[in-house]
Amino acid sequence: MTAAMKPHRLTFAFQLGVTLLACAFLMVPAGASILAGFTVNYFRGISSGLTLKWIGEVLALYSDTIALSIAIALGTLGVTLLIGVPAAWALARRPSRLTRLVEELVTLPVAIPGLALALALILAYGGIRDFRMSPLFILTGHVLYTLPFMLRAVMAVLAAVDVRTLEEGAASLGASPLQRFFHVVVPNARGGILAGALMVVTLSIGEFNLTWMLHTPLTKTLPVGLADSYASMRLEIASAYTLVFFVMIVPLLVALQLFGRTVEGAAK
Amino acid sequence: MNRGAAITVSGCGKTFADGTRALSPLDLDVTAGETLVLLGPSGCGKTTLLRLIAGLEAPDAGGHIRFDGADVTALPIEKRNVGMVFQSYALFPNMSVIDNVAYGLRVRGMAKEGRRAQAAGVLEMMRIGALAERRIDQLSGGQRQRVALARALAVEPRVILLDEPLTALDAALREHLRGEIDALLKRLAITAIYVTHDQAEALALGDRIVVMRNGAIAQVGTPRDVYFRPADDFVADFVGVTNRLAGTVRNGRFETAAGVVSLPPDLASPPAAAAGKGAARLLFRPEAARLASPVETSLVFEVVQVEFQGARQKVTLKDPSGARILVEAPADGTLLVGGAVGLILDPGRISLA
Repeated sequence: MTAAMKPHRLTFAFQLGVTLLACAFLMVPAGASILAGFTVNYFRGISSGLTLKWIGEVLALYSDTIALSIAIALGTLGVTLLIGVPAAWALARRPSRLTRLVEELVTLPVAIPGLALALALILAYGGIRDFRMSPLFILTGHVLYTLPFMLRAVMAVLAAVDVRTLEEGAASLGASPLQRFFHVVVPNARGGILAGALMVVTLSIGEFNLTWMLHTPLTKTLPVGLADSYASMRLEIASAYTLVFFVMIVPLLVALQLFGRTVEGAAK
Repeated sequence: MNRGAAITVSGCGKTFADGTRALSPLDLDVTAGETLVLLGPSGCGKTTLLRLIAGLEAPDAGGHIRFDGADVTALPIEKRNVGMVFQSYALFPNMSVIDNVAYGLRVRGMAKEGRRAQAAGVLEMMRIGALAERRIDQLSGGQRQRVALARALAVEPRVILLDEPLTALDAALREHLRGEIDALLKRLAITAIYVTHDQAEALALGDRIVVMRNGAIAQVGTPRDVYFRPADDFVADFVGVTNRLAGTVRNGRFETAAGVVSLPPDLASPPAAAAGKGAARLLFRPEAARLASPVETSLVFEVVQVEFQGARQKVTLKDPSGARILVEAPADGTLLVGGAVGLILDPGRISLA
């Protein structure tokens, strides 16, 4: 028994070592970056002392980008809910070659580089000055990019609960299409809608490619502000800014993971 | 008391968008209050016909469906006041049992107390009152089936449509629920259309049975008609085991290798297709024949095999031409393999094809 265990233990120790090394490889830069945000002078090291000064400067310099990011994320969420849920319902109730084509078309922006998508938007609508200058221009790009995620999440749940039959059941009891949508479709798609919503908000807050092309000096989002601070500010401020971004995005990611697990559990 | 609607289906065919012909144009009359069973193998069009009557599908141009004479062809299902029980039950997972049952009343604008009281009454009638506050995923298959039926009946529909409602259940439960549904439909005197591929279900439940094949009606008749007087080989085979004897019809008698059978008056003339030569086949069920001494009858066979089953026995016989038939008889222990035995057919339970 012990003879059999020994190589096991060695394998385990080896695996643990490799895992820890890989973790360290990823975590050390993150840790260094976080530390940099709190260090008085990064080049002198921690010996120069710890401070919250840089965080304060970030909030003073960039709080408008944080507010705009949150506003755009919520706006994107609103639009993707309004378009995505009814669209998913329409696509799920009558699967055909046409609906599959529509689904592929809507998914296309995921495959196209954000830069190309942004260029297309600028070419098409850049001439409309008021639109080009407003945050709505960025919001449009974010909706294009995140809509497929909402659509897919909702469609997957609708297929899993066999929404067509549920709707036929509701119809046989006298429910109009609108009643069916609000009484049966939406409540039973809730898991997919929530998962899609978390996904959309997370993607929107973190989106850089497309936003970088679409932004104007007056419509900077958090990730664009980050790039800006890396290019033009002290390293400590950029690091502190990264920290702020982390604090915002990590809870969303954790919620996404936890939620994905409960939805999977419920499906089983 | 009789509040079921009479249904008239006229010239209703169904071709799907991809060109598949699910149903050839057909006519069907359903009497108010009767239980009509649509029976057939999968793909025969029985579910499509049910969905046309329900309003879940529209018939091809030229087809009409009338409830009590009123044309409902253009009405969607939500305007037809039908109750429907789906094979998968289609219960709403986001609602409790009683909210499921009360849903039809809710969309009709009934106040909450009223509809819950009425739904509770229907649950009591189905003897599942104790389940009212349960979630759907806490129910067994049989309980779900009862809830689905209660939900369909709660709106007091003129017609109830059942699409293979027992198929998802195990055999013992199926038989038990079949009895309950039968009693319920007879008591409510509601018009019911019941789709199944199970001949035992069809025979037990139907006032009349419509046997379907390849999108067309093969036979319409009472369970006894369909069972003992099948219209053709397909119906005969689909609804149980059938014996066939080849022979000719002459002077009101059927002459076959094993002897002669006197035909009842309604069978005395051969079917049109065989009229020229008088050649025909005599069809009968294993239990429509009685064993007798060879001197009592003019139909004599040789015993090939006896399968003892306790109270009864299955006896395989062959005629001089070698054709085999199967007869079910009370077990008496006097049959010898290789010996001769007479056969007396019940004239009311034979048919010609």
